[in-house]
Amino acid sequence: MNYHSPSSFEEASAIAAGASGTTRFLAGGTDVLVQLRADIVTPDDLIDIKHIPGVKEISRTEDGGWRIGVAVAGAEMTECADLCADWPGLVEGMDLIGSTQVQGRATLVGNLCNGSPAADSVPGMIAAGCTVTVTGPEGSREVAVEDIPTGPGKTALAKGQLITGVTIPARGENGGDAYLRFIPRTEMDIAVVGCAVNLRLDGDTVSEARVSLGAVAPKALLVEEAAKAIIGTTLDDAALDALAAAASAACNPIDDKRGTIEFRTHVAGVLAKRAAKIAYARAKGESA
Amino acid sequence: MSKRIHVSTKVNGDEADFLCDPRETLLDCLRDHLGVMGVKEGCGTGDCGACSVTMDGRLVCSCLVLGVEAEGKEIGTVEGMADGEVLHPLQRKFIEHAALQCGICTPGILVAAKNLLERNPDPTETELRYWLAGNLCRCTGYDKIIRAVMDAAAEMREAS
Repeated sequence: MNYHSPSSFEEASAIAAGASGTTRFLAGGTDVLVQLRADIVTPDDLIDIKHIPGVKEISRTEDGGWRIGVAVAGAEMTECADLCADWPGLVEGMDLIGSTQVQGRATLVGNLCNGSPAADSVPGMIAAGCTVTVTGPEGSREVAVEDIPTGPGKTALAKGQLITGVTIPARGENGGDAYLRFIPRTEMDIAVVGCAVNLRLDGDTVSEARVSLGAVAPKALLVEEAAKAIIGTTLDDAALDALAAAASAACNPIDDKRGTIEFRTHVAGVLAKRAAKIAYARAKGESA
Repeated sequence: MSKRIHVSTKVNGDEADFLCDPRETLLDCLRDHLGVMGVKEGCGTGDCGACSVTMDGRLVCSCLVLGVEAEGKEIGTVEGMADGEVLHPLQRKFIEHAALQCGICTPGILVAAKNLLERNPDPTETELRYWLAGNLCRCTGYDKIIRAVMDAAAEMREAS
């Protein structure tokens, strides 16, 4: 295995594009090193991107949004009070992954590129409307987070392409987000169902919404029908029931030891309701 | 065989250099190349916390860090806790409360608990239990560990 520590994303991309065998990018390593040890993936070229300037930075964009470097660990996001105030749901999703030790290393982009349908940070990013910068031999472009995963363990990234940063939109006025997951334990588990809701209010009425579900399909879903169910409402009981029905209808889950198809489909609706209520309260400026 | 790489790092404040294969974990490098045996291998996949160390003050599983990633970093292990013959309050309270049995998980838990108390000298029991959720112990049932850390935290607050 050749270990590379390039000093720019262009160099990292060129190494990957020119490699003949298996390539992996290394940021937090919480998935790559587990796969390495289990002999699931033994890279011929391992490209450590942590020596590239700026990868450990959390910064504000000109329009009031956020830019998260690809090597920023979950714990560093949780410790950024302004980021937590703007996007509590997104940060909570990241924070639910693994132990304190894993939080010291695991990254948003690693969680996204690992391609797990149950990745806890991904629904929050999708609901928030995050984009990622994809850099490859042909240059860079912005891609919506929901367009990166294509199925379990698979992404839309081609050979030589890598993600070089996450952009979170400006929070703006009267907005709130939330992420909830169901696990049979209290900590250290993989989502059976995850749901993120992000919304904005005009008075008491929901004017914008995005709803995303995890672990109920081959990839995390952006569920437009669920958002439509609450836009224009005050999140009354009828709207919540319509939201739950739309969330459940979007599910295409597997049966496995953590949950049946029927259970996951039902819980998706329940979590959508609960997450929407929390997001609504946060948009109102109430603590939740 | 991969080309061996020279790594310069600091372990418990002392300069340390080693040569390693890029596939070797920090855990293996600490034990096999530097003789730092306080760091234990449990699962090797980041689930059990027995190999917990700090890297630039951040708690990590050394089995999920490559040795080459330690270049220029400061690593902290259980060996850095006692001041000569004088045990750290956490170590003393672990003995007083019998918060260990076989001892494999103990170094990792001590490093993790010390890291928490540096950030939050007065944690609630709930905060402590969540902080240590990634440190598995198959002997004690955890209660004695929690009591030992809470007691050590109280003593350290009084002393400061």
